[in-house]
Amino acid sequence: MQTDVAGTAKARAKERAHPHPMEYVKVAIVLAIITGAEVAVYYQEALRSVLVPILLVLSASKFSLVAMFYMHLKFDSRLFSALFTGPLALIIAVLVALLALFHRVLLGV
Amino acid sequence: MATAEHAATTHQPDRRRYEGIWSWIFTVDHKKIGVMYGVTAVCFFLIGGIEALLIRSQLMFPNGKVVSPDQFNELFTMHGTTMIFLALMPLSVAFFNIVVPLQIGARDVAFPRLNAFSYWVYLFGGLLLNASYLFGGAPNAGWFGYANLTEVPYNHSSYGIDFWILGLQILGVSSMAGAFNFLVTIINARAPGMTFMRMPLFTWMTLVTSFLLILAFPVITVALVELMFDRLFATNFFNPAAGAEPILWQHLFWLFGHPEVYILILPAMGIISDVLPTFARKPLFGYPVVAYSGVAIAFMSWGVWAHHMFSAGLGPVANAVFSVTTMLIAVPTGIKIFNWIGTLWGGSINFKTPLLFALGFIAMFTIGGLSGVMLASPPADWLENDTYFVVAHIHYVLFGGTIFGLFAGIYYWFPKVTGRLLDERLGQIHFWLMLIGMNVTFAGMHVLGMEGMPRRIATYPPGMGWDTWNFIATIGAFTIAVGMLVFIYNFFASVRHGQVAGPDPWDGRTLEWSIPSPPPPYNFARIPIVRARDPFWVQKYGDAGHGHGRVVPMPVAGGAHDAEEARADEHGEGIHMPDPSYYPIVAALGLAVMLAGVILTNLILGNPPGTQPAWPPSWVAFVGLVVFLYGIYGWALEPVSGHSS
Amino acid sequence: MAEASLGGHAAAVETTTGLDHRKMVMWAFLGSECLFFGSLISTYLVYRNRSLTGPFPQDTFDIPYTSVSSFVLLMSSLTMVLALAAIQRGNVRGMRTWLVATGLLGSVFLGGQVYEFTTFIAHGLSLSRNLFGTTFFVLTGFHGAHVTVGVVILFSLFLNSLRGKLTRENSLVVELAGLYWHFVDVVWVVIFTVVYLLPY
Repeated sequence: MQTDVAGTAKARAKERAHPHPMEYVKVAIVLAIITGAEVAVYYQEALRSVLVPILLVLSASKFSLVAMFYMHLKFDSRLFSALFTGPLALIIAVLVALLALFHRVLLGV
Repeated sequence: MATAEHAATTHQPDRRRYEGIWSWIFTVDHKKIGVMYGVTAVCFFLIGGIEALLIRSQLMFPNGKVVSPDQFNELFTMHGTTMIFLALMPLSVAFFNIVVPLQIGARDVAFPRLNAFSYWVYLFGGLLLNASYLFGGAPNAGWFGYANLTEVPYNHSSYGIDFWILGLQILGVSSMAGAFNFLVTIINARAPGMTFMRMPLFTWMTLVTSFLLILAFPVITVALVELMFDRLFATNFFNPAAGAEPILWQHLFWLFGHPEVYILILPAMGIISDVLPTFARKPLFGYPVVAYSGVAIAFMSWGVWAHHMFSAGLGPVANAVFSVTTMLIAVPTGIKIFNWIGTLWGGSINFKTPLLFALGFIAMFTIGGLSGVMLASPPADWLENDTYFVVAHIHYVLFGGTIFGLFAGIYYWFPKVTGRLLDERLGQIHFWLMLIGMNVTFAGMHVLGMEGMPRRIATYPPGMGWDTWNFIATIGAFTIAVGMLVFIYNFFASVRHGQVAGPDPWDGRTLEWSIPSPPPPYNFARIPIVRARDPFWVQKYGDAGHGHGRVVPMPVAGGAHDAEEARADEHGEGIHMPDPSYYPIVAALGLAVMLAGVILTNLILGNPPGTQPAWPPSWVAFVGLVVFLYGIYGWALEPVSGHSS
Repeated sequence: MAEASLGGHAAAVETTTGLDHRKMVMWAFLGSECLFFGSLISTYLVYRNRSLTGPFPQDTFDIPYTSVSSFVLLMSSLTMVLALAAIQRGNVRGMRTWLVATGLLGSVFLGGQVYEFTTFIAHGLSLSRNLFGTTFFVLTGFHGAHVTVGVVILFSLFLNSLRGKLTRENSLVVELAGLYWHFVDVVWVVIFTVVYLLPY
């Protein structure tokens, strides 16, 4: 990683490429729809068997939308994404390991 | 902005200058903060050493009567906790502070006040932890505090565990604050041309360690919060009667605890990786491999935690998985060792004290690593766990490894900090006493463990076959103590009368040796332009032996930074350094008092230990909160105007 | 390396990556907070369905109610980013309006939490009652504490802007507050799903 003025200016310009406020409202509408979908799916007896994967996917979508657009990760330096998603991936892996160790799910023991 | 500032402050008297002790209390200079860390850490090291000597005195003979069993429990708990959190880690941080900005060609760390804050938090945390001795008893459940031995029904004769929780939480804040600082500093404050692959290895390991710190400490924070809530508010995190599983504590603790031991060793490995090339007058063998091995170790350290739990009954599948991952992590470690040997091979060896400690590190750490691999096998571990075999292992890697590495660093960088060399003859005596003393103390413990002597027992009966090695171990411990006395004498004598070192006493390779000893407040009169690895060596001799250099685009002249550089003359006139500030120490004090006010509510209100619920918190907590908020707001709103150096 | 204060002038110090120190440290901090909340959530999930006695989650939760308060917090992220957008265009009054909106929505969320918790307590759930009470209240309690700190930060920013200290030039501090706020919101997205919605 070397310092060079061109790269610095590029980084700053990229940071300033903001969405128009209406974009944020659109994201909010999508978030609201997803939340509604989560609650609706929760009450569908027919979907009970796939409820967990659906909920996980829907909440992951909300998580990503807020991170990418409201927290601006989509437009910012990839270093910021790495600083956030690295630890996130780590704790998810730890969680899966702990669940396996306590519930013996996936281990067949 | 810099221009306006410069014009505004040049003709004003220095508004924020302090003299004497106040210049230390309000400093934000990384070099002063590093010295404070180092001195404080050595003091705690001596306290931990005294605790060890008391342990060894008690165990020198069968049926010892030097201390009671309860006192013994406090001693081994405090010895471990003190050595790890109050001595070894802060001593590493002392070097992060003093050395890293110099090695990357920076004038200071990214957040000077946060740096000061992290030191004061450390000091207050360490004092609070040791205050437990004065308030009814120190913690007594081991440095790993297994639940539910630490829960109220089993531990309410003193406030020791509450002090332990308090101390560790405060120290966690300190460690994380420092880690955030160094992470940003190393990524973001390097001199022009210093790419990651041109950084000294010590800086590399500091970066890796900083990541481990910010990821591992939140986990133990949660574990300690859960234990604290159980003790203070009668929650059920580790209460089997409510359906909880105390083994959750072990998982959370070791999820932190294993990265923690790499936090303990990686900085020392970084020191060794800088010392060996300097004293072999050869570049580090396999530099990229050594750097990447450190990164690999950090990643893999998250996958091995349950090797501390082989005898906890996790089952054969879990045991097998963690056994494999543990054996795998020995690979990058071994790779480093071979690269260090490769560095020495064919070099022009300069047998000064830093090198002696580095050689000792390689040998002793290898021995510790070998016993570690033995422990990585669950069936073997079932015999060795909770015996003195493990005590031998941990002390070979932590004493022979970390402590030797840190002493190599002390002898290596002492001249840079003080301008004087530590006496070489006394240094050699210190080294040999430590090496011999260490081996006499801990080598026999391998045998003791194999012969079945458990850990953490206050006495042992005669006739078990343990007498001889225990006796010998105690002799070794006192030998180490003599070595430490030699070091302390050397330290004080050399600070005053040591041989003047000059900027580059070792014919060094990295940037810290290119500036005066001690460095001026602004470190570099002109920020260096880095064109190669081992940049100072290349500057002196033209080539580091790395072969082909890569052309790196240099910054175009212009901009505030360069304007300041152009104005600054060789003596650093006109360079702005951040003003001292009292908000860091105020915020640190407020934080420590606030947490103490919550966690020690029972003590403060005169309730017996374990009284539940310890709610509302004592008035002390609210005083602490007010002070903390005052410190934080003052810090946030304080204008940082530079003054001319 | 001059360190600009949070509320003071935000001179762009030359950095190796061109990125601001403070923004980098905020993202590193949020990364570490993933480990913090992740460990608390892990504890909750490890102990899920392990309470020996009631009250149990399926008898306690009011999903429609919590859906509404979750939605409130979600919308506060919108108002927060609108506050940032405003100050980045130099619109101080607009920023103030949206900051107040965010603080209000956050406070409504907190009020909703308080009401929800007191209802649960009235039904017999408590910190010490059983495993569910312990893990639920500690997890959501720490989240609520983080929201509270966020509200205090927003309020401080609002006061500072009244003193004329927040401008387009030093809008970074609003951006940093926003990152913290969005993170706290996103943690609730996870908690709402894995604590409330996953079936018991």
